[in-house]
Amino acid sequence: MNEATIYPLIFAGLMALAMLIYAILDGYDLGVGILLPFSKRGENDAQRDRMIASIGPFWDANETWLVLAVGILLVAFPKAHGIILGELYLPTAALLAGLILRGVSFDFRAKAMVTHKRMWDHAFRIGSLMATLAQGYMFGRYVHGFADSTGAIIFAWISAICMTAGYHFIGACWLIMKTDGQLQGRAAKWARRSLWFMAAGILAVCIVNPLVSERIFEKWLSIPNIILLAPIPLMTFFLVIAIDRFLKKFPRIPNKYCWVPFAGAVFIFLLSFHGLAYSFYPFIVPEQLTIWDAASATASLKFMLVGVAITVPAIIGYTIYSYRVFWGKAQKLCY
Amino acid sequence: MLNTSLLSLATVAASSLPPDAGSAAESVVTLARIQFAANISFHILFPTISISLCWILLFFKLRFRKTGDSSWMDAYKFWVKIFALTFALGVVSGITMSFQFGTNWPGFMETVGNIAGPLLAYEVLTAFFMEATFLGIMLFGMGRVSERTHTIATWLVAVGTTLSAFWILSLNSWMHTPAGHEMIDGIAHPLNWWEIIFNPSMPYRLTHMLLACGLTGAFLVAGISAYRLLRGDRQRSVHLAFRTGTILAALLIPIQIFMGDLHGLNTFKHQPEKIAAIEAVWETETNVPLLLFALPNEQERKNDLALGAPDLASLILTHDKNGEITGLNDFESHPPVAPLFWGFRIMVGIGLLMLAVSWLSSWLGRNHRPLPQWLMRTLVGMTFTGWIATLAGWYVTEIGRQPWLVRGILTTADAAAPVPAANLGLTLSMYFSLYVVLLTAYISTLFLLARKAGQENQPVDSERTLSEDTLHKGTLA
Repeated sequence: MNEATIYPLIFAGLMALAMLIYAILDGYDLGVGILLPFSKRGENDAQRDRMIASIGPFWDANETWLVLAVGILLVAFPKAHGIILGELYLPTAALLAGLILRGVSFDFRAKAMVTHKRMWDHAFRIGSLMATLAQGYMFGRYVHGFADSTGAIIFAWISAICMTAGYHFIGACWLIMKTDGQLQGRAAKWARRSLWFMAAGILAVCIVNPLVSERIFEKWLSIPNIILLAPIPLMTFFLVIAIDRFLKKFPRIPNKYCWVPFAGAVFIFLLSFHGLAYSFYPFIVPEQLTIWDAASATASLKFMLVGVAITVPAIIGYTIYSYRVFWGKAQKLCY
Repeated sequence: MLNTSLLSLATVAASSLPPDAGSAAESVVTLARIQFAANISFHILFPTISISLCWILLFFKLRFRKTGDSSWMDAYKFWVKIFALTFALGVVSGITMSFQFGTNWPGFMETVGNIAGPLLAYEVLTAFFMEATFLGIMLFGMGRVSERTHTIATWLVAVGTTLSAFWILSLNSWMHTPAGHEMIDGIAHPLNWWEIIFNPSMPYRLTHMLLACGLTGAFLVAGISAYRLLRGDRQRSVHLAFRTGTILAALLIPIQIFMGDLHGLNTFKHQPEKIAAIEAVWETETNVPLLLFALPNEQERKNDLALGAPDLASLILTHDKNGEITGLNDFESHPPVAPLFWGFRIMVGIGLLMLAVSWLSSWLGRNHRPLPQWLMRTLVGMTFTGWIATLAGWYVTEIGRQPWLVRGILTTADAAAPVPAANLGLTLSMYFSLYVVLLTAYISTLFLLARKAGQENQPVDSERTLSEDTLHKGTLA
């Protein structure tokens, strides 16, 4: 392996890491946004406040992982950045509008007139929903190599709904961990409902992925790969069943295990992500561009790696620190 | 105000095109440019405030720790809310940028990605994360972490925002005055990172921009505080913030004028065509007058209704009244003249107004004397003048680089993506309406917060309320 081989590989790994962390971290706060309850007045208002308080100190930093992931795509694989985002021009715009809307609603709601607060809560929810649907849609198009057929578009919409369910699920798991009382009970119901939707989505990708690409078919279903890789789908399946059982019994389970569903959700995300990474490697634009075709000059990657080696561990370190500072059940935010 | 600024933005972007822009390809480039200009103009409004406001907050915090006067903390608590809101808008509008490089300007990264990439990467790595992570502790950590850790978090956020500006301005300057690279098969490759980062115009541009941020923050703090004072909110913290704003503005504006002049000389050396357009000089000549008013006429290549001060442009730019300035007719290509000519005059005009108002306020307000009502009202009216001056200055410098995107290396037209015009139009109108709503909400929320703070803290505790006699002197360093 020479330098020209290894540097693009390092950056592809970093980008994958950033995307995974993004999906988990912004995943739960997007999920909390989608879940905001509106049906009854009064107690719902208090629950919305509590839910938003649970993500308050984190959402800014969570969203920054998206900037890092897209940033690495831009700076390390400029050709792929142009192709992918060019193909996904309109859903990208929808994603951005959603992120803008929710990001600002979060702050405006705390400062606006009381009469406007509900409006900003709605904006927060709509923004979150737009962002998750757009991400799922983009992902669906990506899996299909940006094909324009009716089937591909339908698949992209299914992907949009199932990815939203995934975020819905991890958001509910976060709430189980960070809240208590009635809200926690509701969160358990929400989590259980979305779990199966998400599982259906994962299954759909598992079926479609090998069908659209012979290469991926070979990678998974040839012998001995099929046996070596079997633990990934099997573990995912086992986790889905286990979490469902757990949630069903939830109110009777002691609160000290409230972190279990969230940990399970993280695990499912990890497994699915690994499956995808394995499928697509070494392509960055499915079946068109490999990570080496798309990479920047080695000298530039080298220069960036210095910064990466210093800052990424530091970022992870102080992210852990800030989670420790705000450990425990969510409290009212005052600042 | 908001509508006009967006409108003027659109017209500036549109008028910066060559007059014969008519074909489909050109109209796509126009739309892409308007869209990028809209996004980046909307984005820059918030960093200009957060970069300086964070240091102002740190100042409040440090004053509190030094003097133990809780009014400084009250000022901190009020302004940190505005900081949080501003920061959130900055983050979300900034995310748009990292996507748009690829969607609208793929040629940019393909040609100069090896240079631009690392600089953008360092911006995200060193700065963005530092801000976003420690912001959580800065905003919500009070009481959860020690007082010292909280101050450190405030420091880190301030350093992070400033580092952000450093990397972005470095890249932007490189696009104006590229250095430290070589071209291989039409693609830029790095040779010397030191020369790339500290390219010839970078120190001037960075200083000019940071001072602009400082002035924008200072006038914002002074304006909102003046608004609270005029509404009868007599808390001591409001006075302290008001004085911080006016004095900071008075200190920064002369430095800014000096730096602006140096930046102009640097531009004259490296981008003479930009200066020629700013001064609307068509023919190469000596003893060039400084035009106070003119209507640059690009069709006939002359100025209508010109009114100028003799020899002054030559004197300012060459420090010799007989100095020669190369005219626009002697350049192969040059940027559009009218937006540069007028943008520059708006910026300088606001700068002079800032000088007058901040010095007058600081002088009349010495020893905590109350200021006349009209002056307070003027300050309220000037709350967002920093934005207008920054945008005007920015259009001058960015439109002034046209038709180049990276001077001498890549033209704007060559960097644009073949995005269907309908898609561009759709997203453009979406962004526009979103920005109009958000800007209205932002400005009205700032004033709402100011009113709320006045109602919540009705003066009950006379010691913490400021009146002429209970006033402590010299608490503001």
